[in-house]
Amino acid sequence: MAQPNGPDLTPGGHVVQLRITAADDVIIVSARGAARELARELGFGVVDQTRIATAVSEIVRNIVQYAGAGTVTIEVRDEPGRKGLVVVAEDEGPGIADVERALAGGYTTGQGFGRGIAGARALMDEFELWSEVGRGTRVRMCKWLT
Amino acid sequence: MSVPLVEIGRTLVISLPGELPDADVALLETSVLERLKGRRFTGVLIDLTAVDVVDSYLGRTIRDLAALSALMGARTVVTGISPAVAITLVELGLDLPRVRTELNLERGLAWLSRTDRT
Repeated sequence: MAQPNGPDLTPGGHVVQLRITAADDVIIVSARGAARELARELGFGVVDQTRIATAVSEIVRNIVQYAGAGTVTIEVRDEPGRKGLVVVAEDEGPGIADVERALAGGYTTGQGFGRGIAGARALMDEFELWSEVGRGTRVRMCKWLT
Repeated sequence: MSVPLVEIGRTLVISLPGELPDADVALLETSVLERLKGRRFTGVLIDLTAVDVVDSYLGRTIRDLAALSALMGARTVVTGISPAVAITLVELGLDLPRVRTELNLERGLAWLSRTDRT
């Protein structure tokens, strides 16, 4: 199993950061397991745990497929008035040429998944994607406990 | 971790384990095809009882397995989809429109035996 590079504990809650490498064939399983565990601890029900784990699976696979390496950070937010999970996935890969199409789904330059980014977006409450060709991609997505 | 393929009568039962790395998902299609060509199976049952995440990759693989099995002369039934997995599949836009589903393994086997008229 992949080792989290230091699951830090911060005063406001838990943060788990995982380094993603394409050579680590269980990283997708590890990342979604960590996300589900944090979601469960925070009080999310099984359906939301599953949505979060599935969205993490999609964005981590995107990094494995297209960038080969990157990081995913899963952070518990426990603020006055709202609690939730914030997931940030970053890579310095080739970037996405047509972000709009990737967000809409059905766009792929790889092995034909295409639904990953649009799927993750559909499963989360907030979803932001920055990408620059030749520089990399950053996804930030949140699920709030209502 | 490889996926066990079990024969029950003329049905090939694929019980997917809870945490399945992509590399093992990728091997599924070829290992199922290997088994289907060797014997005259009339049914393929894919049981997801242990599976708590079906993302787009696994969803597509299940759909492709059903299509491949049909080409090899076997019907496919998918069983054991949990409510949470059902909801995420629909939200992902990956519901399995042409794949027969049954609530559990027992009912899946019963459907295959009812439809096996060959």
